[in-house]
Amino acid sequence: MFVHLQGPWSPLFGRLTLDSIPYGNPIIQFAFAVTVLGGLAAVGPMLYYRKTGYIFREWLTTVDHKKIGVMYIIFGLVMMFRGFFDGFMIRTQQVMADGPNSPGILEAQHGYLPPSHFDQIYSSHGTLMILFAVTPILTGLGNIIVPLQIGARDMAFPTMNAISLYLTIVGGMLIMASLFIGDFSQAGWVGLIPLTELDFSPSAGVDYWMWAIQISSIGTTLNAINIITTIIGMRAPGMRWDRLPIFTWTTLSTSIIGLTAFPILGVALALLGADRYLGTHFYTAGLGGNLMLYTDLFWIWGHPEVYFLVLPAFGILSEVIPTFSEKPLFGYITMVAATFAIAGISWAVWLHHFFTMGAGPWVNSFFSVATMLVGIPTGVKVFNWILTMYRGRITYTTPMLWSVSALILLLVGGLTGVMLANPAINYTVHNSVFVVAHFHCMVLLIAFTIFAAIIYWFPKIFGFMLDEKSGLRFFQTFTIGTTLTFTAMFALGFMGETRRLDYLFNPQWQPLLIVEEIGIAFYCLSVFYFAKLFYMSIRDRALNKAGPDPWGTARTLEWLTHSPVPFYNFAVTPRVHQLDELAWRKSQGIDHEMPDHYEDIHMPRNTIVPLAIGVFAFAFGFGMVWRIWWMAGFGLLAIIATVIFRSFTPDHGYIITAEDIARMEGRPPSGIVNDTHAPLPAMEEKVTP
Amino acid sequence: MDAHAASPPDNAPDLWHYGHDGNDPMAMKTLGFWLYMISDALIFGGIFAAYGVLDQPMGFYTGPTAAQIVHPGAAFLQTITILSSVLAYSLATVAMKTGNKNGVMLGIAASILLALMFLGLELNDFATLFAQHATPQTSGFLSVFFLLIATHGLHMIFGVLWMLVMLIQVPRFGLNTDVVTRLLNLRLFWQFQASVWVCVYIFVYLRGAS
Repeated sequence: MFVHLQGPWSPLFGRLTLDSIPYGNPIIQFAFAVTVLGGLAAVGPMLYYRKTGYIFREWLTTVDHKKIGVMYIIFGLVMMFRGFFDGFMIRTQQVMADGPNSPGILEAQHGYLPPSHFDQIYSSHGTLMILFAVTPILTGLGNIIVPLQIGARDMAFPTMNAISLYLTIVGGMLIMASLFIGDFSQAGWVGLIPLTELDFSPSAGVDYWMWAIQISSIGTTLNAINIITTIIGMRAPGMRWDRLPIFTWTTLSTSIIGLTAFPILGVALALLGADRYLGTHFYTAGLGGNLMLYTDLFWIWGHPEVYFLVLPAFGILSEVIPTFSEKPLFGYITMVAATFAIAGISWAVWLHHFFTMGAGPWVNSFFSVATMLVGIPTGVKVFNWILTMYRGRITYTTPMLWSVSALILLLVGGLTGVMLANPAINYTVHNSVFVVAHFHCMVLLIAFTIFAAIIYWFPKIFGFMLDEKSGLRFFQTFTIGTTLTFTAMFALGFMGETRRLDYLFNPQWQPLLIVEEIGIAFYCLSVFYFAKLFYMSIRDRALNKAGPDPWGTARTLEWLTHSPVPFYNFAVTPRVHQLDELAWRKSQGIDHEMPDHYEDIHMPRNTIVPLAIGVFAFAFGFGMVWRIWWMAGFGLLAIIATVIFRSFTPDHGYIITAEDIARMEGRPPSGIVNDTHAPLPAMEEKVTP
Repeated sequence: MDAHAASPPDNAPDLWHYGHDGNDPMAMKTLGFWLYMISDALIFGGIFAAYGVLDQPMGFYTGPTAAQIVHPGAAFLQTITILSSVLAYSLATVAMKTGNKNGVMLGIAASILLALMFLGLELNDFATLFAQHATPQTSGFLSVFFLLIATHGLHMIFGVLWMLVMLIQVPRFGLNTDVVTRLLNLRLFWQFQASVWVCVYIFVYLRGAS
């Protein structure tokens, strides 16, 4: 053992003891009950309807990019719900713990959460929302939509795609495990240094945080490789670079950011891991360590990560707004140029997260100007969207409502961002909730576009429309909640409330804190309407069947194939003639033309390898967190062995014959829920060497 | 818009693409591997940046400076072995062009041998430093010194493992598409590790000794 550990350690269980499980805490008991109920709600029907085999064969071992994308999004939504619940707990604690006379219940002096518990909650709120909610959902959308938009059969590396998914899920599972076994980091989602060092955070909480991010970010990097290769190499004939849909462009730029930024995060966390596990001195306060090294490395990743999230959101806006304005996107080339300008500048702005470190006027000026420069391409984008809507035939469907509101959030978040880019202002409001309100506007703009995208593309994947009425209620409650919570938060920031407070000393903040709490109540209501949205839509699915182009005015290639999309995407690969191919085919009156004959299709075969790697990665992560060396070692070696084993069993997929495709195209499309991947006899025989 | 445009226009455009989809699996895998190498390069970039930060008087604390622990002469021997290993591997890929399986195996075997020599020299260097109580726990500078070299060494170990796998796969599967793709990407990986070592040699050993 290289480091001094507080508490016991045994070779078999590492640091894990029965005391690590906080079973006496009523809040944890409640969380456990909710998790168990949620798990039962998911697994119960599966067992009742005897669908475990189906789930295993068709979903857990799948390499189909659409199913993987759907699983990414479901995982992200579950994590988003938990992140939302954390936010609800933070707000409730603050409204209860304002002023010296505020009462305290449970173990808390003020409010209902003791400081150590409150600190874990805001740390997990940030970590979950950014890395395990928004990132997987956007990755999942890219997974589903990009191959369809460029006319590809699948991703370039289907098996690696599934591995990426499982590595992301393993990260989320580690954070879930931290809720019930041990604790979570108390050092914020950014990992404030040197608080994350073993001397100051002796429990396994920081290790959970560190390994969850480390493992999931490997998945994100692999996914970025996959997306870039797919877009470069697998476009349909005629899909030239100047015909690429904007969502594909933004996913490409985002993946380039992901590919180049996540390794830096890996380094930042690996050095922290070396400090915590080997007793080195990278970030220690003494002995030659350098605190700012961590902060710099973290934000060299952290700021590109922000644009990693926002660029696909811009891509979604660029798809939704033209569809519901019945006009082509204004300024296609400037949109692409602005996307890459933002991606490029994202690498030169990280220091604006810590102007107050005192790097000197020249350094601060450079990063201040660079940050303000981001406003230019973003402004170009906003004007492009507005000019797309200008004199368009706008229909306010729910995706459009989410998109237009996202523009307003972008405006508020963007302008406050330019304010914060000024170091003089930044020194004043640094670490206040003004900053928190600013970045929540930006991240909520992403959330708004995510909801737009889910509603917009849902019929494409599942073959029926989502209920517009409860969708509208969901939108209204969510928007009111956002407005109330974050308008009040901007004001509180100016009044001097700093971030991450478990106790607020100023009773005069109470009215605005109550406004925030009312906002949270609206968010709670929106969760209800979100559930109702899916309940109503699934119940009435037979009435809401969707054709290939259910919105009627879509423009891009993914709306050319059936809804729901068959597992082979396009029966015959379409040739692309124009930007907005479907709009062009409509203008020529040939959008309903079908291929006159079919050819054999080569498909990848399902495999258990990604699931196995996920299980081993969890063993590795859990073993490392609790320092159960045999388990971690086993997990790592098993992953290596699995990869080697896989390289010895070449699998070249199978062939679907032209007759089978003709048969499947002849009947009504069934889509990803009912399609069976189990190869028909004819497919099994014609395996190519 | 009228749903049934039953008859296409006279000069009907070619709407569907038949035949091979034009995706060369070997090219795709190679492109993907290049992208992976970019992420690997950034990992080293991050560690080099950390080295630049900690290779300062503050980072030395009470421990030794770079000049006191690096031996460019001994490390030059390491440089020679790793470059020879790359040469041996390149000879294996030359043999691959003519379909000479034995030549491929011989080149890989020689490459493994030289890589093991490199790793042996590195371990010997580490052991010497440990004996002088210059360990990663001594100071911020030594932490990053060991981490940079050990990260490179870890990559070398993975390369050796990959080569051992190829030593089994070449005779077993012959030089088919999968095996050739792996051999070519391994060459990229191996040459990249040598390039990183050259950077380490210049940045840590030559610059440190001067």
